[in-house]
Amino acid sequence: MSTAAPVIKSESVVAEKGSSLWADAYVRLKKNKLAMLGGIIVILILILCFIVAPILAASGMNANEQDLTNRFARIGEKGILGTDQLGRDLFMRVLEGGQISLLVAILATCMTVTFGVIYGGIAGYVGGKVGNIMMRIVDGLLAMPFLIIVILFREIITGHIDDIAKLLIDDWGWNDNTVLRFANLIPLTIAIAAFGWLTMGRIVRSAAASLSKQEFVEAARSLGLSHSRILFRHIVPNMLGPVIIYATLTIPSFILYEATLSFIGLGIEPPNSSWGKLIQEGANYLETNLTVLAVPAVMFSLTLFAFNFLGDGLRDALDPKASKD
Amino acid sequence: MLKVILSRVIQTIVVVFFLITFVFFAVRAIPGNPFAGEKALAPEEQAALERQYGLDKPVPIQYYNYLKNIFTKGDFGNSSAMKGRQVSTLIAESFPVSLKLGIVSLILGMGIGIPLGIIAALFHNKWQDYTAMVIAMAGICIVAFVLGPIFQLSIARPLSFLNVAGWSRTSDIILPAITLCFGVAAYLARLTRGGMLDVLSQDYIRTARAKGVPTFKIITKHALRPALQPAITYLGPAFAAIITGSFVVENIFLVPGMGQHFVLGITSKDYNLVLGLVLFYGILMGIANLLSDLALIFMDPKLRNA
Repeated sequence: MSTAAPVIKSESVVAEKGSSLWADAYVRLKKNKLAMLGGIIVILILILCFIVAPILAASGMNANEQDLTNRFARIGEKGILGTDQLGRDLFMRVLEGGQISLLVAILATCMTVTFGVIYGGIAGYVGGKVGNIMMRIVDGLLAMPFLIIVILFREIITGHIDDIAKLLIDDWGWNDNTVLRFANLIPLTIAIAAFGWLTMGRIVRSAAASLSKQEFVEAARSLGLSHSRILFRHIVPNMLGPVIIYATLTIPSFILYEATLSFIGLGIEPPNSSWGKLIQEGANYLETNLTVLAVPAVMFSLTLFAFNFLGDGLRDALDPKASKD
Repeated sequence: MLKVILSRVIQTIVVVFFLITFVFFAVRAIPGNPFAGEKALAPEEQAALERQYGLDKPVPIQYYNYLKNIFTKGDFGNSSAMKGRQVSTLIAESFPVSLKLGIVSLILGMGIGIPLGIIAALFHNKWQDYTAMVIAMAGICIVAFVLGPIFQLSIARPLSFLNVAGWSRTSDIILPAITLCFGVAAYLARLTRGGMLDVLSQDYIRTARAKGVPTFKIITKHALRPALQPAITYLGPAFAAIITGSFVVENIFLVPGMGQHFVLGITSKDYNLVLGLVLFYGILMGIANLLSDLALIFMDPKLRNA
């Protein structure tokens, strides 16, 4: 049995080209200059951190190479943006710190979306008592102080991840440098995602609940499709809008959590650095050289701006009814 | 009214209970032990310390004892990181500091954020609106650990009468309070704008306009109270969070508040200190939510009669 809609072969229908939800949304998004600017900045920052930085690193620029004779070099004196308190190239350090910050936030957001969509989708589709209990659990977890439980959870899993890393290096012969760098950021990522999916779960649940009352779901059911197929092939694709909007707004908040925790020393640790870590180091040398603080702080704030404006713009474009705030 | 209070109290008790249970087992699941600090201890010393803090018993018994001490004696136990200090004294010493800082920055944040939101809504989609919202976004994106150092350099340095950091003079509250208030003001501005836009599009406001009521009076008499509802809902939890101390701002300005105890408690695995702080925070959160519920009822006659 085919589930695809029958293809209508009539010329009179083709004559008028309709515009899809996404095409409409793109037209609206293009009108919002701040959101477009945000989108461009996001793309530029991603290119800088994940394409330009590796190329520069491969061509010999090193973010960790110390040069104590050239400490606190000003912009243009050495490197592109000068050097930090140990004579390391600030430009490279900010890009590599950005890699970690963005990697943590994007990975955690992916986990959040996956889990939030599955959990919220099931809660909304099943509904009734089970759905209610599932959402009560979410409410209970949401009432807890977020940063405090993230810090605790990170501390707990750090030890286990370290054990796994050791196993990979000793018994499996993996590259120890790479493994150790990942082992340092994985606990933080998991901890943020473990309690960061709750709002996503709520949003997905309410979308799934209202979608599952609509006729096309009824139709799918009467065709005898399985529940999981209805949920993941028919309901989930229809709520991509709110999921994309919220995911875009989740990334900057996760970047912020990562930076906050790294700033107070409970996040990313050396040899890794992130924007939060760089800002914390820079704040210590504020009076000697402002650029050590200013460069990561500007990159960090700019990224938050860009993601937030893009997210707000996407919301206005995809969901014009909810666009007042 | 009584129903609201009762359900909030029950909810708080349930949440605090789960929070305590979760944190109790979570801190003990952190690898390492509280006494493995600066220097390695002899096994008998270690055992003696564990006995003194009741950590030699099985974890479920520890849990029972902890709850019993809290409910029967109101005893939060002793800190293991700061030997000989009670957790309750540590909280009693640091909470007033965080409370003072929190209240000052909340008042500042409300004073900036709410008018900004009202202006933005009144000039919806005009330059005033865009300016206000970009300022609000700046308040969200330029966070405390960027603002703090900037203020230290640009305000405290040139003005010799302000300390860069510390908590010895009355004026020391100025910089941390300004730093903290920006985030609050930003969220309040966005929420007030949203609420205001909702209200301004309603029929009774149009009626008032048609009758020729001056705009200022429409805002103050008719629109403001319902428009502030989202802001008040946000202020409840925000109040609890801000008066229990910000790790970041206390860290930057060396403020002896509750936030620093929490970070110390985690890093030195001081079980009782972490638990005590979380318990205290949970109760405050419940009280703050109750206050914001009551404020909503007080401001909305529809809720009052329900």
